[in-house]
Amino acid sequence: MSGTGTGEVDAILPLDLVDLSYEVRGQRLLDGISVRLEAGPLTVILGPNGAGKSLTLRLAHGLLQPTAGTVRWCGSAAIDARRRQTMVFERPVLLRRSTAANIGYALHVRGVPRVQRHARIAKALADTGLAALATRRARVLSAGEQQRVALARAWVLEPEVLFLDEPTRALDPSATRQVEELIRAIARSGAKIVMTTHDLGQAQRLADEVLFLHRGALLEHAPAKRFFEKPESDEARAFLRGELFW
Amino acid sequence: MQDLLDAFATAFSLLLHFDPDLMEIVALSFEVSLCALAAAALIGLSLGALVAVLRFPGRQLALVLLNALMGLPPVVVGLVVYLVLSRSGPLGFLGWLFTFKALVLAQFILITPIVAALSRGVVEDLWEEYEEQLRSLGTGPLRMIPTLLWDGRHRLVTVILAGFGRAIAEVGAVIIVGGNIAHVTRVMTTAIALETSRGDLALALGLGIVLLLLSLAVNAGASLGGAIAQRVEG
Repeated sequence: MSGTGTGEVDAILPLDLVDLSYEVRGQRLLDGISVRLEAGPLTVILGPNGAGKSLTLRLAHGLLQPTAGTVRWCGSAAIDARRRQTMVFERPVLLRRSTAANIGYALHVRGVPRVQRHARIAKALADTGLAALATRRARVLSAGEQQRVALARAWVLEPEVLFLDEPTRALDPSATRQVEELIRAIARSGAKIVMTTHDLGQAQRLADEVLFLHRGALLEHAPAKRFFEKPESDEARAFLRGELFW
Repeated sequence: MQDLLDAFATAFSLLLHFDPDLMEIVALSFEVSLCALAAAALIGLSLGALVAVLRFPGRQLALVLLNALMGLPPVVVGLVVYLVLSRSGPLGFLGWLFTFKALVLAQFILITPIVAALSRGVVEDLWEEYEEQLRSLGTGPLRMIPTLLWDGRHRLVTVILAGFGRAIAEVGAVIIVGGNIAHVTRVMTTAIALETSRGDLALALGLGIVLLLLSLAVNAGASLGGAIAQRVEG
């Protein structure tokens, strides 16, 4: 799959989150998050449960509207931002049709002509190791296979930015490893990955840079190596020691 | 008692020998109800899906209204359709009263709210699960509806069957707008009403048995279909 992304003229990145806040019934769940996400590094949003990780992803992706602040795509192709990003969720929502048809559906929705779809579906299936499952009903596959179908369906759209919300939370270790492999492959193809996880090991395996959230606030934004070796905040140090629970 | 047993015996013999009178009535019933069902499915499914997906002012009121319409009293529907189609009514010029079309119209009005309200529930359940994913993929509002209807197809079959069951078993509306005219508007339910009052219990019982079997078949089909779909599609 051809990469979009780093350094290209017509890009939607970088993405600026400016003073982003989100409230539900007066309760502030996200409090003034400001960060710039550049093309390139695989970004992991890390933090304990309830820190606001998924919320940040949903706001960035445009599924939710912030109470205050803005989400701004700063690239030259920003006007096309909607079509150049997609998201995969913790629980894959597959349609009641075959694996191949699930991938075809995404292409159909994005207006890819029928004649081109077949080849792109075949390539997506091959790239994700799902070719053998092409004609199987998607919703009866195993959890790990379903998540790979969801990733294949996202990847086939050749997004410039791919948001992943706890993509392996419901998976066993071997399925987790396969999904992580796939995430690396998608990143190598040039897509910018922004993912949440509460799994420290996974963050260490995948992250190039880390956003550390705690109780709705962004406490750190650092290259992964530095974050894991020398976290700056007390909360991050506690989290890395496994002593920060919420 | 003996009369009753005789009536049962005659009824079974009519059924076993595919008595032409009985078969004609059964066939006409099916034609009417299937026509009404086709129209009700087209309108009801779309309407149900629209209400499930769209958020508009007054939606709660629309939901209450839709659910209330499920329980429309058939005789009232019959009366209203009669008035509308009667010679002096607004649609009197169509000349539909006491014809096949009047029966279809009455049944259509009765079951469309049922199909719409039940499919609204099915689609809304799916919508809650699918909304974020579909929006993320870029599915526009217009494509949402066929996508959701298609993914709810197994449960919607049950909805359709419920509509059919209601249409074919209904008597109050069709007797008013159809008049139970032999060979034209005489369907199973109106025939049962007539033959019972005339004392021809055998034909009434025969038709009653057909209706019962049909109701059984519809319900068995619905639950069996649902179970199979669950296994195949997840």
